[in-house]
Amino acid sequence: MNPHDGSRTRAERLRALFLGTLYISAFTFGGGFVIVTFMKRKFVDELHWIDEQEMLDMAALAQSSPGAIAVNAAILVGWNVEGALGMIVAVIGTIIPPMVILSVISFFYAAFATNAYVALVLKGMQAGVAAVILDVVCDLGENVLKTKSVVYIGLMILAFLANSVFDINVIAIILAAAAFGVVRALIHSGKASKQ
Amino acid sequence: MIYLQLFASFLQVGLFSVGGGYAAMPLIQNQVVELHPWLTLQEFTDLITIAEMTPGPIAINSATFVGIRIAGIPGAIVATLGCITPSLILVSLLAYVYKKYRDISVLQNVLSCLRPVVVALIFGAGLSILSMVLFNGQAPGMEEVNWIGAGSFVGAFVLLKKFKWNPILTMCLCGGVGLILNLLIFPA
Repeated sequence: MNPHDGSRTRAERLRALFLGTLYISAFTFGGGFVIVTFMKRKFVDELHWIDEQEMLDMAALAQSSPGAIAVNAAILVGWNVEGALGMIVAVIGTIIPPMVILSVISFFYAAFATNAYVALVLKGMQAGVAAVILDVVCDLGENVLKTKSVVYIGLMILAFLANSVFDINVIAIILAAAAFGVVRALIHSGKASKQ
Repeated sequence: MIYLQLFASFLQVGLFSVGGGYAAMPLIQNQVVELHPWLTLQEFTDLITIAEMTPGPIAINSATFVGIRIAGIPGAIVATLGCITPSLILVSLLAYVYKKYRDISVLQNVLSCLRPVVVALIFGAGLSILSMVLFNGQAPGMEEVNWIGAGSFVGAFVLLKKFKWNPILTMCLCGGVGLILNLLIFPA
């Protein structure tokens, strides 16, 4: 699992890993998928610590695991490069920028939110945020509709009703869908083994 | 005690948000607005606005913001730790299983059922932010409509959908338009 980079000592690799994830996290706007492409540029193209296929597998795993994609990707890259210590270093590098930025903002927020002008700007921006979220939802929803699968479209409608109309807890909805997925997988594999 | 609550709440956010970014939003809203009186819907909407403008995952941004407001810097650290703990355990486990078996068909099946559900949940969170914009958090009614917000929303949606504008630029434009129109129509 060690990177093919004999010219660096372990401490140097950990330092490069920390600075790399710190830099990527501080300058990546736009969520998990963007950060995965930046990681590829740094750790595959520049440092040659990971090959491209591994990076693609890691992106898929990061995306399909619970939690923030950026943190998951940092865990996988760090683990691959320097084991458990690498994992911790990469995760710390990834969470420091958002923690510092949000800490600073939250100290200003109290003073900020009581300022009439700032409140008006924030209020105006909320309209933009609602538009951004619903634009993303349209794209995601379109992809679900494109599957033309009764199961997926039905799940989407049921989940919407459960959440927005019947006020059922989101975690309960997610757990129910996951349980449904497990049962469905078991039925499928049962059918496959009978044939 | 408050640290334990923060840790447990964001542990659940980290554990149940699958698919990144927006998927965490309905869970955060559930934990910090509905289950615990930590943020008002107004503050939560401000938080999402801020999280959109700054780098970093929404979940980590929210954990820091809520943690600091409830219990200072230690609160921020505890909440963030809660948020990443499930990842640290599950992702390393998953990476190990993946390396060993290379078969993730059950996982893929579960994911393909979760995806449409997550879309519906994000839609729900988006709707509650939209109702915040349209009715200022009041009960929906024609006489309470915030027309500046409604117009900005429609304009922003068209810019994003039809003209593929950058989201951050679109939000800044909405902020500017909101400020100017409000000052023109309701001069102090």
